[in-house]
Amino acid sequence: MARYAYEPFPYEMPPELRGGAMGDAPVAIIGAGPIGLSLAIDLALQGVKSIVLDDNDVVSIGSRAICWAKRTLEIFDRLGVGERMLEKGVTWKVGRLFHGDREVYSFDLLPENGHKYPAFINLQQYYVEQYLAERCRDFPDLIELRFKNEVFGHRDYGDRVVVRVSTSDGPYELQCRYLVACDGSRSPTRQRMGLTFEGHSFEEQFLIADIEMDESPFGSDAAERWFWFEPPFHDGQSSLLHKQPDNIYRIDLQLGPDADVERELSNETVVPRLKRILGDKQFTVDWLSIYKFTCARLERFVHGRVIFCGDSAHVVSPFGARGGNGGIHDVDNLGWKLAAVVKGTADEALLASYDRERGYGSDENILHSSRATSFMTPKSDLERLFRDEVLGLATDHSFARRLINSGRLSVPCSLEASDLQTPSEFALVRPGMPVVDAPLETKNGPRWLVELIGNDFVAVSFGNGDDPELRGVPHIRVHPKGSRLDHTGFVDVTGMALERYGEGLTYLFRPDAHVAAAFRHPGSKAILKARQRAVGQKTLQAAV
Amino acid sequence: MEKNQINLSEDRLGPHGDEFYQELLDAHEGLSLEQSVRLNARLILLLANQVGDISVLRAALATARRTAT
Ligand SMILES: Cc1cc2nc3c(=O)[nH]c(=O)nc-3n(C[C@H](O)[C@H](O)[C@H](O)COP(=O)(O)OP(=O)(O)OC[C@H]3O[C@@H](n4cnc5c(N)ncnc54)[C@H](O)[C@@H]3O)c2cc1C
Repeated sequence: MARYAYEPFPYEMPPELRGGAMGDAPVAIIGAGPIGLSLAIDLALQGVKSIVLDDNDVVSIGSRAICWAKRTLEIFDRLGVGERMLEKGVTWKVGRLFHGDREVYSFDLLPENGHKYPAFINLQQYYVEQYLAERCRDFPDLIELRFKNEVFGHRDYGDRVVVRVSTSDGPYELQCRYLVACDGSRSPTRQRMGLTFEGHSFEEQFLIADIEMDESPFGSDAAERWFWFEPPFHDGQSSLLHKQPDNIYRIDLQLGPDADVERELSNETVVPRLKRILGDKQFTVDWLSIYKFTCARLERFVHGRVIFCGDSAHVVSPFGARGGNGGIHDVDNLGWKLAAVVKGTADEALLASYDRERGYGSDENILHSSRATSFMTPKSDLERLFRDEVLGLATDHSFARRLINSGRLSVPCSLEASDLQTPSEFALVRPGMPVVDAPLETKNGPRWLVELIGNDFVAVSFGNGDDPELRGVPHIRVHPKGSRLDHTGFVDVTGMALERYGEGLTYLFRPDAHVAAAFRHPGSKAILKARQRAVGQKTLQAAV
Repeated sequence: MEKNQINLSEDRLGPHGDEFYQELLDAHEGLSLEQSVRLNARLILLLANQVGDISVLRAALATARRTAT
């Protein structure tokens, strides 16, 4: 199996340097990582043009983010790359947890039926970025990708931002109404603005390796996740072995705070270390890296006309895979809001709700990632002793298994507390929660509920009833199992949709597929009012 | 939530207090300090799960911590 072939993206001399007028786009995005590319696509789906500037010209070096969670895949589905990711990715189900050479327990994820996407898949970040970059090409009039274009300055004039870019052909300037910094954990934009990035750094060092081997280290073809506390093959605290596509395996080894980086990365140290895990099987090392992890965030994600999104706004340790996933949730939240502000259909104040909602989500991700890191890196003899006893009890006591923390995998956060949502106590899917999938049947074949929701506000009624008369809000009805299919209708073939949402209820979804409100008696006035509230306007305007 | 104030001082062992205390000591009989600390850790985890109520656990942690230093 061939290793990933890095194909550099072409550099083209920017029009500004060919004598053209100063570039002018509603939105400029710094960084063509997974977050910047996703945002450009989300804006394009809303009809908003963006220019993406990246100092580099290849996708992620090394696998980096490999674990993509269900909600993230649903967002990627909306952006148009979800199915491709699912097809290429490894869907794993069985996890095994070891303490020394003893298997403490194994778990089967047994996902709930009736969802398009599994709990998560493993797929290297370079594939994700490649798929996103290719998807960008579907919007030639709305997305302009400029590689080898390094942003080195910007100035916020209050109603627009001028961005200063350097290329091999010289520097130039371009202008935008909003500048979004998706320039990663070391964000030069953040540094240039002198913003503090506060949080907690962990002393522990981790060796991350991508290993290519034909024979599975699991001893079978099963795609599993093996996690060790105090592994027998390595004197550090923990190790992780995970399968990726193309016969590549991810190995994480905790090295301790004092490890000598240069020595650890040398072949003489790494190869014997890996042999102790992999035995005599043939393998080649594809990528090696040593990391220390930090959990930190900006206090505010929106600064005038400059907005931070992804790692530039917040970083977490990777246990729980919340970095890339959390960044995609940022995009999902920001895309429709920024588009509405640019198009003038919402007030600029709506952007403050991105800061509030994703600030909340980011705190949740930092909390979970910090707790996992603490469990994996006990700071004292006593912390370690408690951890050993949890691991010891876990063999026979299921409650103790739930205390073992090798990373709590990314789940969507609820935005219930945000004032964009209209509280609805009776709702089965509470306002603030993202769409819960279900299989539907149409005259033209099966569809998933997640495919019908997003990019615009939509009201969905579950069960029979009279359709509310809505101006400006599309409406869908999901008919109960056994209903006759007409040309436009959706039928709940398995009964799961009505069971998950409640028969007789109508839900209003935001463009990011989060529930904004639910109704027992959907009147057009109430639905429109909830929609106004969800775009940050408290009072119902006369004509919609 | 005044009416649900957690009362950690009320006696809940009744006539079994002396029994429990003796059995706790017996359980530690012959153990080194480290073995005892480990036993206590297991005991805390088992009991915490039985208590289940996070507010009771928080109150107990705070009370125990108050006299720690
Ligand atoms: C070892 C490891 C494992 C991880 N595992 C997972 C996982 O399993 N799941 C998960 O969800 N996340 C994981 N993450 C986190 C994930 O990789 C990051 O959260 C993700 O890459 C963030 O994307 P981003 O687009 O915000 O930033 P980046 O991917 O860092 O992209 C930033 C881009 O900005 C560009 N740039 C920077 N400065 C400039 C400039 N001045 N001008 C122009 N361009 C600029 C860079 O070249 C880069 O292309 C992991 C991270 C690591 C290190």
